[in-house]
Amino acid sequence: MQAFTQLNGLVAPLDRANVDTDAIIPKQFLKSIKRSGFGPNAFDEWRYLDHGEPGMDNSKRPLNPDFVLNQTRYQGASILLTRENFGCGSSREHAPWALEDNGFRVVISSSFADIFFNNCFKNGMLPIVLSAEIVEGLFKEVESSVGYQLNVDLDAQSVTTPGGKAYVFEVDAVRKHNLLNGLDEIDLTMQQQDKIKAFEIKHRQTQPWLFN
Amino acid sequence: MVAKTLYDKLFDSHVVTEENGTAMIYIDRHLVHEVTSPQAFEGLRLAGRKLWRISSIVATADHNTPTNGWDKGLSGIADPVSRLQIETLTENINEFGAKAYFPFMDSRQGIVHVVGPEQGATLPGMTVVCGDSHTSTHGAFGALAHGIGTSEVEHVMATQCLMQKKSKNMQVLVNGVLGKGVTAKDVALAIIAKTGTAGGTGFAIEFAGSAILALSMEGRMTLCNMAIEAGARAGMIAVDDTTIEYVKGRPFSPKAEQWDAAVAYWKTLHSDDGAVFDTVVTLDATLIQPQVTWGTSPEMVVGVDGKVPSLDLAKNEVQRADWERAYAYMDLKPNTPIDEINIDKVFIGSCTNSRIEDLRAAAAVAKGKHVAASVKLAMVVPGSGLVKAQAEREGLDKIFIAAGFEWREPGCSMCLAMNADRLEPGERCASTSNRNFEGRQGQGGRTHLVSPEMAAAAAVAGHFVDIRQFV
Repeated sequence: MQAFTQLNGLVAPLDRANVDTDAIIPKQFLKSIKRSGFGPNAFDEWRYLDHGEPGMDNSKRPLNPDFVLNQTRYQGASILLTRENFGCGSSREHAPWALEDNGFRVVISSSFADIFFNNCFKNGMLPIVLSAEIVEGLFKEVESSVGYQLNVDLDAQSVTTPGGKAYVFEVDAVRKHNLLNGLDEIDLTMQQQDKIKAFEIKHRQTQPWLFN
Repeated sequence: MVAKTLYDKLFDSHVVTEENGTAMIYIDRHLVHEVTSPQAFEGLRLAGRKLWRISSIVATADHNTPTNGWDKGLSGIADPVSRLQIETLTENINEFGAKAYFPFMDSRQGIVHVVGPEQGATLPGMTVVCGDSHTSTHGAFGALAHGIGTSEVEHVMATQCLMQKKSKNMQVLVNGVLGKGVTAKDVALAIIAKTGTAGGTGFAIEFAGSAILALSMEGRMTLCNMAIEAGARAGMIAVDDTTIEYVKGRPFSPKAEQWDAAVAYWKTLHSDDGAVFDTVVTLDATLIQPQVTWGTSPEMVVGVDGKVPSLDLAKNEVQRADWERAYAYMDLKPNTPIDEINIDKVFIGSCTNSRIEDLRAAAAVAKGKHVAASVKLAMVVPGSGLVKAQAEREGLDKIFIAAGFEWREPGCSMCLAMNADRLEPGERCASTSNRNFEGRQGQGGRTHLVSPEMAAAAAVAGHFVDIRQFV
């Protein structure tokens, strides 16, 4: 997994609550058996005016000028600012894959759905929870200032505005460590395989029917 | 001894090790389907890893399989990308192994959350995971079950474990007797109306109370299925005689002396007296009405005798904006009575409502009637091959067909519209599925979530009707 330490990035505002993973990456793109290439289809139904299908040349499709992420000022954004309950619905990891492939490494919101939140950490992405008031303030600043950037520092657990205001965010210690160091979680778990085997023996003795 | 919740018991009994508040928990059952597994198998292959325990895997193809044209077999799948995904699952299972695999068109194939329980592959006390958010369904058996992403699918395949922070405990207490025509689906939607779609975030929900205990296993699965729509990854219900009766005699259920030992253990799977929940939500079952969603989130729901809510009822600016977008997307005006909303299509199916009891309930409404001329398509998609066969033994297929419904092959179908079953832009659907998100059933499609009875009645009337007045 790619490590995440610090990011100084352009912020794009997606001013909606309850953005679900169906919206982040529509189902027709889930037919792919690959892990990459979902970026151009992130928010496909909002991003384009036509109906998207896998295999289309997305560079030739008509863009929806009303969709905020299509605005010139937000091209190259790596931080997505959005509203509560982001990533709700389907567990599809294609959602963080699509965002990451689209250039986003950080998503800031007042809350996230559990599965999406978890999936981000598996892909070198950092979802940051800030209070609704702070998020509201950031929306105002982003919209009023072209080229608005935030500095995200995982080690310090801080988001710093161009004006120098720093907001501290919480992050689970284990996730932080793994993300800072880009650790492969399967490798880490396999280092404890003796414990897994010991548990399995005991578990089989008490509930043998689980192993039929 | 400290009084424990059901969730505490299930979680604690699967902890392999714990450090810094993150536990490694052991997974008993891993359900696998074609859409969220190929990248996980590929990851194993690239790293030279194998499955930790082949006997934990039960696999089937469901999300992307067609519901008609089965006489042509795999070659009947027009879309080569879909066909490749279904073939890839078969190749991966052949290479890596599984306890059981029900491939496309197998007589036992179907929606993974219907197949697991009906095979006895879901048992009380288990930890169950699947790369699908509706894995919460299996919590109906007193199991700890939740959806995971593909990275975690690979993690469980390789290590049989997941790294987890323990969730908080929420109890949803529904006491009283449900009214006539009010189903588990309506209970689920009424709960979401109260909690909101994010109300359960960070929690594991235990559903309890006399109305819950009175539900059949099918009803309990419908309810737990929609825990995720309340934001909770896992929903669960304590084990009782109804649970044990359902599990008995299924292909993978314990047999002989193992059965007695299992039952003795399963009977301990309930919250202890005095167990403390971080939060408790209560509903009066007698007040729950048949529900119909009007918007683009399951929390945008009202009773069938209600109206599309007006903006002044929104709780804040964010919700106002959400509702305004929903009115526009759904092409509905505030204060429109629900029973004046006309529909174009009807979908009866999905992991929420495609089990035999659901089909019986819908057929009872459709019997001797006919789908309205204004309805372009009304389809019934059984949850599995075995559900379909059972329904046909009972003659339900004939009732549906005589009433103008299409009787399809099993699969996820128009719940997520990955296959050819979908809404066209602007079409409005009465659906027994679980998500009314924008575009969920097809780009531009408009979904109203209802129970199977309500969907069948809407098909006949051409608009929503109160099932309690529908004869």
